[in-house]
Amino acid sequence: MLTKRIIACMDVRAGQVVKGVQFQQLRHAGDPAELAARYNVEGIDEVVILDITATLESRQALADTISAVARRIFLPLTVGGGIRSEDDAAAAVEAGADKVSLNTAALKNPALITTLARRYGSQAVIVAIDAKRRGDGFAVYVRSGTSDAARDAVEWAREAESRGAGEILLTSMDRDGTRSGFDCEMTAAVANAVNIPVIASGGAGGLEHFCDVFTRGHADAALAASIFHYADTSVSELKRYLRGRNIPVRI
Amino acid sequence: MIALIDYGAGNLTSVRKALTSLGADYDTPSSPQELARCSAMIVPGVGNFAATSALVGPWRDAIGAAVRSGTPLFGICLGMQWLFEGSDEAPEVPGLGVLPGRVTRLQGNAEARLKIPHVGWNGLSVPREPEGSALLGHRNFTGRLLSRLEPGAHVYFTHSYAAPVTADCVAATTHAETFAAVVERGNVFGVQFHPEKSSEAGLQIIRNFLDVARGPAVVERRAEAEC
Repeated sequence: MLTKRIIACMDVRAGQVVKGVQFQQLRHAGDPAELAARYNVEGIDEVVILDITATLESRQALADTISAVARRIFLPLTVGGGIRSEDDAAAAVEAGADKVSLNTAALKNPALITTLARRYGSQAVIVAIDAKRRGDGFAVYVRSGTSDAARDAVEWAREAESRGAGEILLTSMDRDGTRSGFDCEMTAAVANAVNIPVIASGGAGGLEHFCDVFTRGHADAALAASIFHYADTSVSELKRYLRGRNIPVRI
Repeated sequence: MIALIDYGAGNLTSVRKALTSLGADYDTPSSPQELARCSAMIVPGVGNFAATSALVGPWRDAIGAAVRSGTPLFGICLGMQWLFEGSDEAPEVPGLGVLPGRVTRLQGNAEARLKIPHVGWNGLSVPREPEGSALLGHRNFTGRLLSRLEPGAHVYFTHSYAAPVTADCVAATTHAETFAAVVERGNVFGVQFHPEKSSEAGLQIIRNFLDVARGPAVVERRAEAEC
C-alpha cells in the first residue's frame, strides 16, 4: 500500500539551516547535510531545501548545499525558493535535486511548468501554492506571501496540474508558524480537485495534526520544518503514532 | 567498468552519486562499441517511454548483443520498462524485448484515492505464485537483486506505467492493481522504483547488482571472508 509521506523542510540561508536547530547529537547544528543525514536515520521520506534568500550571491552557496545534501542522503530531494527560470531549475537539478518547487515564477509565467515538465518529467515539477482563507475560497499569495495573486488556490492547482505539475505543495498562510494544525478544509478542497499528490504544509504542532491532515485533509504527504528541527517531535515517533492509528507509513 | 547509459531521459546525477558512494567503477560510454568491453550495463531513465527511441538502432543492438554474451544489465524505472517488448505509452517505439510482456498504464482508483502517477513509498511483496506451483507459500524473495531484503521493504516510486507480473517478476507492488516492481531473468535485472532514492533498501539493491557485476568469484571470496 502506498504510504503517506512525511517531508522535512530546511530553510537555508548562505549554506546554513535557519530557524534554529537543537539536535544535540549534531556536530554542526546548522549544517544542512548533517541535519538531512539525521532525518534519514529517523526515517524521513523526503527532504525539501528552501532557499529563503534567493539572491544572486546565494546561488552558488545553494548549489553547494544541494550537492552536499545529495551526497549524504539517498532520498527524494526537492529544491525551492527563487527558482525563476529554466536555468535556475537546471542548476538545482545538476547539483542533485530530484524535484524543483515553483511558486511566484509559476504564476508569473505558467509556461515554465510545462517547459520543465517536458525537460525533466512531471515528477520533477512541484507547484507551491501559498494561500489563505477568504470568504468561501482560498486566496493565493506570491512573493513570500506579500502579494495577492488574485487567484483561487483550487482553480490554480487545477491549472498547474493541466500544465504538467507533478505535485502540489499547499501552504496555509493562516496556519503557518501557529502550530495549531494544518488547514484540513483547504487541503481537502485542493486534494479533491486534482489527481496529482498534494503535500500539506503550515501549522504542524503535534502528532494529531498529521493524523488529521491525512484523514480529514486527504493529504498525500505532510511537510513540516521547525517541529522536526527542534526535536520536539522525532520523525520515528510520529511514524509510530500514525501507524498506531492505521495510517500507512514507511517505518 | 560498468557502463551507465545516458540517452537523455532524465537526470543521472542521483544515480551517479549512489554508484560513487558505493565505490562502483562506472563510466558513461559515448559510443555503442564501448559496450563490448564493459563488465555490466545500467539503463536508468525517467519520463516518457518515447525517450527510449534514442536507443533504437546501434545502442539497442549493442546492448542486446552484450546481454546475449552474458553481460549483466540493470534497468531502472523507464530502463526497466524498456526491457520488455514495448509500452502503450509510445506504441511505435520497440523495447529491448529481452523480457516477454508489455507495459501498460496504471488505472488507479479515484474512489479509493489511489492517484496516478503512483508517487511515493510503497512495499515490495513476493509475487503470488500460480495455483499448484512448487513455490506456493514461499515467503522470502528469490533472486540475486533482492538478497538481504525482506518482503515489506519500502522503496520510492514515481511512474504512471508498469509491467505485468510474469514468471520473471521477483517482487510485486500493489497500487489499485498489482504490477512488477522487480524483475530478474538470468543476467537481466530491473526495478520499477528508484533505488538511488530509496535510502538503505535501495542502496542494498544497487550493492547486490554491483556484486553481480563483479562476477561470482568476487562474491564467493567475500562470502568466505564473512564466514
